[in-house]
Amino acid sequence: MSTKDRELRFTHRHLLGIEGLYPFEITDILDRAEAYAAANRQRTQVEQKLAGRTVINLFFENSTRTRTSFERAAKRLGADVINMSVATSSIKKGETLIDTAVTLNAMHPDVLVVRHGDSGAVKLLSQKMNCAVLNAGDGTHEHPTQALLDALTIRRRKGNITNLSVAICGDILHSRVARSNIHLLNAMGAQVRLVAPSTLLPKSMSVLGAEVFHDMREGLKDVDVVMMLRLQQERMEGAYLPSQREYFHFYGLDYDKLSVAKDDALIMHPGPMNRGVEIDSDVADDFERSAIQEQVEMGVAARMACLDVVTENLDIWRKENGL
Amino acid sequence: MSVKLDKPLGRVAYVNARVIDPASNLDIQGGVLTEGEQIADFGPGYAKANGHYGEATVVDCKGACLVPGLVDMRVQIREPGEEHKGTLQSAGEAATQGGVTSMVSLPNTNPVTDDMSVVEFVARRARLLGLSKVYPYGAITKGLNGKDMAEMGMLAESGAVAFTDGTRAVASAKVMRKALTYARNYDLLLVQHAEEPSLAEGGCMNAGDLAIRMGLAGIPTVAETIMVARDVRLAEDTGGRLHFGHISTAESIDIIRRAKERGVRVTCDTAPPYFSLNELAVGDYRTFAKLSPPLRSEEDRQAIIEGLKDGTIDAIASDHAPEDEDSKRLPFAQAAFGGVGLETLLAITLELYHNKHMSLLECLRTVTCSPADIIGLPAGRLEKGAAADLCVFDPELGWKIDADQLASKSKNSPFDGRLAQGRCLRTVIDGRTVFEMK
Repeated sequence: MSTKDRELRFTHRHLLGIEGLYPFEITDILDRAEAYAAANRQRTQVEQKLAGRTVINLFFENSTRTRTSFERAAKRLGADVINMSVATSSIKKGETLIDTAVTLNAMHPDVLVVRHGDSGAVKLLSQKMNCAVLNAGDGTHEHPTQALLDALTIRRRKGNITNLSVAICGDILHSRVARSNIHLLNAMGAQVRLVAPSTLLPKSMSVLGAEVFHDMREGLKDVDVVMMLRLQQERMEGAYLPSQREYFHFYGLDYDKLSVAKDDALIMHPGPMNRGVEIDSDVADDFERSAIQEQVEMGVAARMACLDVVTENLDIWRKENGL
Repeated sequence: MSVKLDKPLGRVAYVNARVIDPASNLDIQGGVLTEGEQIADFGPGYAKANGHYGEATVVDCKGACLVPGLVDMRVQIREPGEEHKGTLQSAGEAATQGGVTSMVSLPNTNPVTDDMSVVEFVARRARLLGLSKVYPYGAITKGLNGKDMAEMGMLAESGAVAFTDGTRAVASAKVMRKALTYARNYDLLLVQHAEEPSLAEGGCMNAGDLAIRMGLAGIPTVAETIMVARDVRLAEDTGGRLHFGHISTAESIDIIRRAKERGVRVTCDTAPPYFSLNELAVGDYRTFAKLSPPLRSEEDRQAIIEGLKDGTIDAIASDHAPEDEDSKRLPFAQAAFGGVGLETLLAITLELYHNKHMSLLECLRTVTCSPADIIGLPAGRLEKGAAADLCVFDPELGWKIDADQLASKSKNSPFDGRLAQGRCLRTVIDGRTVFEMK
């Protein structure tokens, strides 16, 4: 690796969020992911870069999709994978997050993949670990690997991300996916629009660097990409929204609302989808325009790239610290 | 560290000091003579260290400031009930290190201070320890349930100096109205934690840009201001005496300022974090900066300073809230609210003087006679015959606040690592030196 290459790569020990990353760091991960995506499709032998390594998936929130994706990515790179879910852990017996970190650290894992319901929890945990920590979603803060897989999907479909107009629609307020995507898309030079009812999208969300819309047609006008977000059913009734029916009427993505976007606008959704709530089935299953299945595929490739890059950095860090 | 002595105290002359008494606007070179547990004399006659002061023991203050001991009107001690976080002993030691000679303890203990036995327990234990004097608040409602009024009259008779539901707001306007009306019978002061619970529910920091960025649920400023506005109207309506604890927003100050102009019997205090820190201190999910009310915006911080300068905010209280590691080393949303503040009350308050917002006299008023007057304590001023509660401090002495070095049992200081200017050198309670900086 040349000096220049080293300078232009992701050099952090952990991947805790997208905020603060430089475009070249994001590009480094996307380039690696691109190669893994191609290799995965061609069924070529992927280099067993994580052979002999231990990856622990520690999920305090249930998530079959993300956990499976990380598991697949780690195994594809030859790692030993341990899955831990909160339902079977000592957390239920009153053990604190720090206790868990100290216990897991004593097992000398190489990578800890963590999902937690509280913002900042993954960072707190990372401070007690001698391994690399990957954030698999913390509260309503960040979900960096989702943003990376979304970016990879967009880049493959559109050629690049710069100057694209991307609308993120739905429950922005509670969405870590939206936050990570806003940071990433901004860093890469895309224009980001946020579209949702004002209870799920306060005007102050514009501090994240995006234009705020409360009307779907205005927000989707001439966009290149429409990212729909999952609307959590428990937010449907009561304080946030009057009803599912009303939400779909004004904010559900159907062909009518989509007609104001560019003709080749890409449709994305992090899944799982609530059909007929945030997205119409016809649109979701439009294989020409919907990249929803491809997002799942790119998830494995993006996570392989993340595991790859942080383990490389871990070796450097361990050497520097005599571990 | 119990220092209660059996033998009678003699005369002690604290000389060569800058004597400041905000209550009488006194600021002179001189000293204080104590006899036994009381102040015998003070004035310019005690200016020199080599003077003749009879048989008095001479303490040379070496030009440091000598002021009435600080009065802290909002302290959580945690005893009884949560002694692993703090005790009367540890709070007493922390208070004496900070120059605080009188403190008023919130009723959110276990059991709650809604019963005479608890009031008497706290007062008796503190007396036996002989450290800072502890005056208990009584609860406004039984068990802090927000519904049923506590026996305020009898609690007052047994020693409760004022009434509050501590860290909880009395949420029901009806209950608050009744409590204000009832308290007027005995001219009792009610202290409100102004935070509308349904607006604050689930929140863990100030609602604003930073909360959005960090993905944390926010507590909006209106949670405080609508409660202040409501209670000002209730105080006006009932004629009751009302005090707002730890005010944190610009709008609250405006409401209180206008209420005072109308002659409503309302006062308020703030705490050092609200004029010296803003929400950015939460930064990297730093749970030591998770306070209740939350640290607010820079505009609010500036408004607090203005409120202190024009006297709308009457007093500064430490809002001392010890929390152990298990309560703080958690994801931000799960961590407990609160920070310790007894040791840093003086130093952070002096920032107002060093930053030229207030004179030294004005600054010290907020932590001496003003809180004492609001609560009605025999403290916070220099008077012949008054208890010899004194604090000697060097306003210029620089030091770094190190949470590990604090006397509090819990170390959760929002000021950990901050450089401070001004430090307590000696604390005297009832004529006895209970703290002397080595």
